Amino acid sequence: MARLNVNPTRMELKKLKGRLETAVNGHKLLKDKSDEMIRRFSLLLRENKRLRDEVEKDLADTLRQFSVARSVTPAYSAETAFSMPSVAIEADCNTESIMGVKVPRIDVSESRRSDSLPYAYSEITSEADYSVAAAVSLLPKMAKLAQVEKSVRLLANEIERNKRRVNALEYIMIPQLEETIKYIRDKLDENERASLVRLMKVK
Amino acid sequence: MTGKMAIVGDGDSIMVFKAAGVATFAASDARNARELIRKAARDYQIIFVTEEFYRPNEEYMKRFDEEPYPVVLMIPSAGESTGYGDDLLKSEMERALGVDILFNK
Repeated sequence: MARLNVNPTRMELKKLKGRLETAVNGHKLLKDKSDEMIRRFSLLLRENKRLRDEVEKDLADTLRQFSVARSVTPAYSAETAFSMPSVAIEADCNTESIMGVKVPRIDVSESRRSDSLPYAYSEITSEADYSVAAAVSLLPKMAKLAQVEKSVRLLANEIERNKRRVNALEYIMIPQLEETIKYIRDKLDENERASLVRLMKVK
Repeated sequence: MTGKMAIVGDGDSIMVFKAAGVATFAASDARNARELIRKAARDYQIIFVTEEFYRPNEEYMKRFDEEPYPVVLMIPSAGESTGYGDDLLKSEMERALGVDILFNK
């Protein structure tokens, strides 16, 4: 391991000792952070998997039902019927922090404009009613999935970055400092012995 | 902050979300979809993208991974799910942990 290019003086030694202590402390802290992030990450990952399975299944059902509704309705009347939303979905988008990583937090609230669907029942088949209702009830879940999946990604990025920092400290910074400290100490001891011998010879 | 939702997909499968109060953007092909996503990202906080348009633009989607918003979510196109969602999840898992704790395959 390469040692740092410094003069072997007591000043440098003191400085390096301080740096080593900081590096060791920092390494410990980052390692703890990494452990906790990984724990949170696995929890989120499981939730993500569960939500993803649920959403994919429900969505497939909804879309299948809707395509039935579409197929029995003329295209232009379907277009007009569905263009007017029956509900206004409001999503409250905030951020929260998981271990210092900013992640989205989405709360969905729906405010129904009216109790009925936005079209006359005579226009559209009843399949459409069901599928629209299903889509509306599915949206909060989808938003939740979006939130969890994004959190997983952001956390994965941060874990990767943190791992790199931990490794840099553990395998490069700390050995380097240790070796340099040892080198300076050896050099200083050597100087001391040399001057001692010189003094003895002079006497 | 109040967020708005949008969906990018082909014309048919996304129409049901229009009735559910989500802004819809119908894309004709992958390139067009990317353009729509780019525009939607400015105004909408939550963007759903159907699988057929997400898959070819996977690289492009990485740029949304740095900030909390906008949130871009892949949803399966009409029909059965192809397991693409699991693949995406798996790649994140491998990137962060290096081991498989979910699928055990």
